[in-house]
Order: sequence, then structure tokens, then C-alpha cells
Amino acid sequence: MKKTDFTKNFKEWYEGNLSFDEQLSHNVEDIPVEHKKDEPHHVRKKIRTLQKLENDERKATKFGYRVFSIVFCVIICAVLIGTVNFLPGFADANAPTANEVYEHYVGEGREQTGAVNTVAGMILDYRAFDTLGESFVLFTATCAVLLLLEKAKNAPVKKRETFTFSNDPIICLVVKLIVPIIIVFGVYILFNGHLSPGGGFSGGAILGTGFILFAMAYGEDVAAKVISAKAIKIITICSLSFYCLSKSYSFFTGNEFNGVHSIIGPGTPGDFLSGGLILPLNLAVGFVVCCTMYSFYMVFKRGRLD
Amino acid sequence: MEEIITIFRVLLLVSLVVCAIATALSKRVMTAVIVFTSYSIVMAVVWLLLRSPDLAITEAAVGAGVNGVLFFLTLRKLHLIDKDFKDDETAKSNAEVNENEEN
Amino acid sequence: MNFLINYEEVTSMILFAIGFTMLVFSKNIMKKILGLNIMDTGVYLFLASMGYIEDKLTPIVPPTGEVNALDYINPIPAGLVLTGIVVSVSFSALMLALTVRLYKKYRTLNLDEIYEKCSKEDEEE
Repeated sequence: MKKTDFTKNFKEWYEGNLSFDEQLSHNVEDIPVEHKKDEPHHVRKKIRTLQKLENDERKATKFGYRVFSIVFCVIICAVLIGTVNFLPGFADANAPTANEVYEHYVGEGREQTGAVNTVAGMILDYRAFDTLGESFVLFTATCAVLLLLEKAKNAPVKKRETFTFSNDPIICLVVKLIVPIIIVFGVYILFNGHLSPGGGFSGGAILGTGFILFAMAYGEDVAAKVISAKAIKIITICSLSFYCLSKSYSFFTGNEFNGVHSIIGPGTPGDFLSGGLILPLNLAVGFVVCCTMYSFYMVFKRGRLD
Repeated sequence: MEEIITIFRVLLLVSLVVCAIATALSKRVMTAVIVFTSYSIVMAVVWLLLRSPDLAITEAAVGAGVNGVLFFLTLRKLHLIDKDFKDDETAKSNAEVNENEEN
Repeated sequence: MNFLINYEEVTSMILFAIGFTMLVFSKNIMKKILGLNIMDTGVYLFLASMGYIEDKLTPIVPPTGEVNALDYINPIPAGLVLTGIVVSVSFSALMLALTVRLYKKYRTLNLDEIYEKCSKEDEEE
């Protein structure tokens, strides 16, 4: 039974009769021929043959479109894999990418930044400007999505948008048990960014998903009492401005070799309060990411940050 | 021992390519989104094999979590969520009811 | 022949080509957004595989004692990719918001039809 269905569908796809995506409204159907009254016979025959030609051409272009796209993909694949030939081998210790920059970051990173996790020390101390730009991108995306999808406060709420799971006993019980664990885990990863794998982006994403799960299960009205619109705006703006101000002192004082040293030193590596400004910046980035993910969910679902 | 790890690596990479091709060739948008979520999770395991735990945590939380939620929310707004219908008529009548509610 | 050894780089090229084809040749806007995401992850796989060195450890150094930099892998590409993953999710959120607005106005997800209706509106104006 299954085999004949598969062969039938494959044949239809191959000949181009089956529409590639059934949700589209642009199916290739045969245009029916409409005859007017009092038309002589030879004119009707001519119109019929012309219409049949046009239908066949439309089917052929759809089939040709599909074949051409696969050929295009294969050509690009072949060209790119041909370039891989000239790249250095995988996991080669003598590759040009393993040069003195990474030896400096790994070798002297612990003394200069105080961070045990080299990746966190790199993105928040040696290359902190790039992470600031990335936080700006997140903030801009939130503003743009809010602009596109915002609804007025007094807009009528449809009945199917007020659907919640708060009457469902299984979901309520499981969410009650799981959401505190997720939030504690997210906070742990956020605070220990300089000592173990994790950091601002990972911890913020996990915190954000915890809040989204809570808002999904108990309804957005209940979640708005915990995390109001005002709180989201204040947290995002304060975290971003804190990041800007705390790392821009070096524009005026010079770097640590020529100018004024920062007040907060590297500290002893391995301690909780070490690494200079890495812990506060991790918190700032984590809060920006968490508020961004949560506000994406709220704006898509409801049109407001509540 | 090294050969087992190499086989494991090759298996994961082949399943990545298979998931991507399945996303491209699927007829319905909803199956494409679900296969894309599983593609994200396999990618998170590949990051672990390349010795970067930061990337694995971030990809698992963001790729399978937030991306999936956003795609499903849009599908709900575009009325593209599949339901288990036995007849096509009930599907069409439900779609009309949804549109009437909106208007 | 190097492409028989670097499996990750070959896979990332294939993923890039599949994503690019989906982005250019699909008629449905949602498939285009999925293709863009697949392209993004292909590029990140390529970047991160540049940093791996054989038989070396994760770059988390012990808090006390000597640190020999040649015992660890290269941490720089991992830092670049970490930023990229979060940027790609915010980019797809923006694209999905635009899709929702387009659907509400034109009631179709096919880019060719939207273009036709747009040009008709411009002619009427």
C-alpha cells in the first residue's frame, strides 16, 4: 500500500503536476477554454490548440525551474568544495591560524584579565567593543519588532488570543516544578561566566526561555504582574548604558600600559569576585539578551510588552 | 578508539546534511520548522565535539528554544498550523470560521 | 586531497549551498527565512572548525600553576561565533515580523504575487 502511494506521488512530482507547496495560492492549473457564442468551428479549434500550448508551457517551466535549482545548487557545491582543497588540513597544529595571537591570549590572559575561562575573558576584556556592538544589534531588533507589530492598548482582544493553560492540571504542576530550576540554572551560568563555560549570552538565553515558559503556561496577564513593561524597558536601557559607560573610560585615559589603570584590578584568578569588570559586564549582557527574548515572545503574541 | 570517534563525527555531519535537505524538500511549512529544530540540536552536539562548550549551550538554548517558539508563533498568526483532519471539508470550514472571526 | 580529511569544512560548504538555493529559489517566504538560517549555521561551522587543534583541551586554564599555551585550542573563532548565533536569532525575528505584516495586507505568502499586487497598486496611484 505504501509503495504505490510513494511511486504515484513521485511520478506526479516528477511530471510537475503536484504543486510544490500546498499553502501557496499560485497553483499551476489548466486555464479552461471559454468559447463565445456564434463562433465558427475553425476559430474554436484554433483557440483550443493555443490554450493547450500555453498550459503545456506553464507545466514545463515549473518542471524546468525545479531542475535548474538543483543544478544550481550542485554547481555552487562543486565550486566551494574545490576551494576546500587548498585550505590547510583539519586540526593541523602548523596551520596559519594558530599564530602568536592565540598564544598570547591563552598564555597571558589569566594574569592580565583574571579570567579562568579564556573565551569569556577574550570577548569581554580584549575585544569588549565587539560585544557592545552586538548588544546594540539586539536592542535595535527589539525596537524594530515593536514598531512593526505593536497594537494599541485599547485594541479589541480576540477570543482565541485569551487562551491559557492555567486550567490544565498537568501543565500547571510541571511548570511549577520546572521553572524555578530553569531560572536558578540560568542565573548560575550567568554569574559563573568567568570560571566555567557559559557567560552572558548563554545565561541570558536560558533565563529568557524560563520566563517564556512561565508566560505560556499561566497566561500573559499573570506574567505581566511579575515582569511589567516598565521593568523590561528600565532593565534594558540601564544595562546597555552601564556597558557603554564602564568600558569607555579607556577612550580618555589610554590603555593600561600607557595611561591610568582601572580601579578594579584583575584579582586572584579562581575567586568568585575576580576578573575585573568581567562579572558586571556578563550580568549586563545577560539581562539585555533575556529581556530581548522575552519581549520578542510578548510582542509576537500580544502586541504589547505587558 | 580514534576510528570510533571519526565514525561518530561523520555520522553527525551526514545527519546534518540530511536534515537540511529534508527542510528544503518538504511540502508543508510546519514539517520544515520541526525538522529545523532537530537540525539545531544535532548542531549543538557538533559544537561539543569541536571542544567549545559555550557555543553548545548557546546553540541549544537559542536555536531549538527561542527560534522554534518564534516560528510557531508566526505560523499561528498565518493560520498554517496543521491539524489532524480526516476530511478536507472540515478543514475548509474551520479555515472559514477562523477568517470570519478575524473579520 | 584535503577534502577527504576536513569533513566539517566540506559539510559547511554543502549546507551553505543548500541554504543559498532555498533563499533564492523558494516561492514561500517562510522557506526563504529557513534557508537564511541554514546558511548562517553553515558559516559558523566553518569558522569554529578553524580553531580546533588535534589532541588539545578546552581553553579553560587552571587557576594556579603554569599555563602552557600550546596545550589548548584556539579560542578566537569561538568568540566570533558566539556573537553570531545571537545576532542570527534576532535577525530571523525581524524577518518573521515583516512576514506577518505582509500577510495581513496581501493575504498570500508567495513573493511573486505580492510583487504583482504591489506593482498594480503603484500603477493605480
